[in-house]
Amino acid sequence: MTAEVGSGAREGRNLSPLELHVPEPKFRPGDTADYSDLFIPVAGVAVRPEADARPDSFHELAYSLVRVLDDDGQAVGPWNPKLSPDRLRAILRAMALTRVFDERMFRAQRQGKTSFYMKCLGEEAVAIAATFALEKDDMCFPSYRQQGILIARGWSLVDMMNQIYSNKGDRLQGKQLPIMYSVRDASFFSISGNLTTQYPQAVGWAMASASRGDTRIAATWCGEGSTAEGDFHSACTFASVYRAPVIFNIVNNQWAISSFSGFAGAESTTFAARAIGYGIAGLRVDGNDALAVYAATEWAAERARTNQGPTLIEHFTYRAEGHSTSDDPGQYRSANESADWPLGDPIARLKQHLILLGEWDDARHAAMDLELAELVKASAKEAEKNGILGHGLNQPFETMFEGVFEDMPWHLKEQCQQMLDEQKAAGL
Amino acid sequence: MSDITENPVETAEPTTRMNMIQAINSAMDVMMARDPDVIVMGEDVGYFGGVFRATAGLQKKYGKRRVFDTPITECGIIGVAVGMGAYGLRPVPEIQFADYIYPALDQLVSEAARLRYRSAGEFIAPMTVRSPFGGGIFGGQTHSQSPEGIFTHVSGVKTVIPSTPYDAKGLLIAAIEDNDPTIFFEPKRIYNGPFDGHYDRPARNWSAHPAGEVPEGYYRIPLGKANVVRAGQALTILCYGAMVHVVAATIEELGVDAEIIDLRTLVPLDIETIEASVKKTGRCMIVHEATRTSGFGAELSALVQERCFYHLEAPIERVTGFDTPYPHSLEWAYFPGPVRIAEALKKIMKE
Repeated sequence: MTAEVGSGAREGRNLSPLELHVPEPKFRPGDTADYSDLFIPVAGVAVRPEADARPDSFHELAYSLVRVLDDDGQAVGPWNPKLSPDRLRAILRAMALTRVFDERMFRAQRQGKTSFYMKCLGEEAVAIAATFALEKDDMCFPSYRQQGILIARGWSLVDMMNQIYSNKGDRLQGKQLPIMYSVRDASFFSISGNLTTQYPQAVGWAMASASRGDTRIAATWCGEGSTAEGDFHSACTFASVYRAPVIFNIVNNQWAISSFSGFAGAESTTFAARAIGYGIAGLRVDGNDALAVYAATEWAAERARTNQGPTLIEHFTYRAEGHSTSDDPGQYRSANESADWPLGDPIARLKQHLILLGEWDDARHAAMDLELAELVKASAKEAEKNGILGHGLNQPFETMFEGVFEDMPWHLKEQCQQMLDEQKAAGL
Repeated sequence: MSDITENPVETAEPTTRMNMIQAINSAMDVMMARDPDVIVMGEDVGYFGGVFRATAGLQKKYGKRRVFDTPITECGIIGVAVGMGAYGLRPVPEIQFADYIYPALDQLVSEAARLRYRSAGEFIAPMTVRSPFGGGIFGGQTHSQSPEGIFTHVSGVKTVIPSTPYDAKGLLIAAIEDNDPTIFFEPKRIYNGPFDGHYDRPARNWSAHPAGEVPEGYYRIPLGKANVVRAGQALTILCYGAMVHVVAATIEELGVDAEIIDLRTLVPLDIETIEASVKKTGRCMIVHEATRTSGFGAELSALVQERCFYHLEAPIERVTGFDTPYPHSLEWAYFPGPVRIAEALKKIMKE
């Protein structure tokens, strides 16, 4: 007798066939994206719990959205971090600088000066406002889209560009793909291409800090797509078990390359809600609201620093650009999605707020943009003096073999010699 | 110290009889006392002291902040250890069985092994991953594997496998002190005593073995240095872990004048000792418990062939586990024991 696979008509029963649900984004190329059914809570209504609130009391915050800036640019509600105008201007400047930097480096890739680049357009607040709420020596374990951390910490643009160009000024000796920075002096952990591996590492760093009686905390970032990795689960488990002083940031920008957030589980729940099952405080914030990001991070940092344990923050935002210079989002998503994103643009919103306060105006903003463009241009010229990737071999050949181990073992010495002989044979 | 038939301990330091577990425990004890950055963690390693008792007493002595139990997540254990290393600690994580190290492969291969390289030395992963490995204990498919070949293939990690209590302590101390990530595989078949491959004879313990006499304090055996266990002229046998004892006993029974080299460290390999020996004997046999295809024996064979080609009088022989998952009931048909070694010897000596 043949098994009736898929017939749904097993003997003696009358069951309808099972259906496999494969998520599908609401809009594809050619469609007009419509956000009218996306629920966006009003700014200022989310409660702000005490830093020692029990993890099981975060249900509402994990399914809602912490928002400080309202539609007019007013800072409202209990999460308003009440920052000084100088501080607000510094955040605005770092976000604008990151955007200019991104544009310049994107263009550099198109001009063949480097092999690869990734912008963070629209997500500047997620890295920058968060960094402003941390101490300079709190350790950041970023993914590849938090270049804003380095810029917020005032790190050298030339040094970042040297890495992107893999030139002779590149401290990483051309070993890493562009944007995979490592800046120990800025408490910025070495970026890996392997997604979410930094999550348990951040927990380990935080556990080490706690075990040593230090006061520093760790913060880490991943995208919503990467939360599906097993490392995410292990990190949350470890962080909860040991109450590690760590902040988990999930940048929910709706897209993981071509896969919409539904493939990471967004159809059924929020990413902040994942925290609840682990016994971790979970906040969901408007990721395009620099003040909300700042406030949530400040709150989580206080929680971590007072031994109340970890916090998971979902930053609800939108990846306004392609995934990388190798990606064309026109192939998989609707053209107006980015422009019509209902939470707007983080720079425009903070600018509006500062203008409303009487602490900023269009003329000053334009002057700042000009100054930043000049700064980035001058930095790029400076970096290009050290060479660009197109110029070929910028590093001494032997560096390829250095740093695999602390000391070079015999087999690497032999292979190094082989390579040197090859270069000689090639007339280099 | 080149011959385990003699007492390897030439020191005025007080010594004690130890089995391999006690020696490993002693190494961690010594290192934790010397270096406050050393921490020990893993599944059941804390209060309970480890399923093999390797960490017994350490939590009581050094506290929960330095010796603690972890959730059952190997990728988490190694990922967390990478982060601790980046902070400045010197973690010694345990993976309960080498068969369960695979969930941690991404953290080991992509992270720990690459961290120094990709950050040009800004961050390092000075961790030692301890894990019981190897068969011969009726462990079946998931308590018997020898996955060393997976790690020797990864640039940036060192792989160490001891064969005696004395070596285990000295090598483990060296591994913990080493600033590179090290996989430290402990042959669990010889935790309690050397194993000659005759599963039907009564088990022996380490009390009668010279290398069961272990200094109580600090000493180290450098990584990357092999041990010539037995000097000989007829052929060279390269082996490590439990197989060192199986080979030594078989050679003695057959009365073959073999030179037995216990590699101790697979990466970096002591190529000088190997090369000198094979050039002297003209024959080379490689013995390991791991499966044959793409096993570490293939690398050893290639190296010997490349370096000793004109000295070889016979093809290099590999005596290994078969290319099957590790079986339960047919364990002794799988295990590369005295019979398989003897058959290979006949072949290699005939040429």
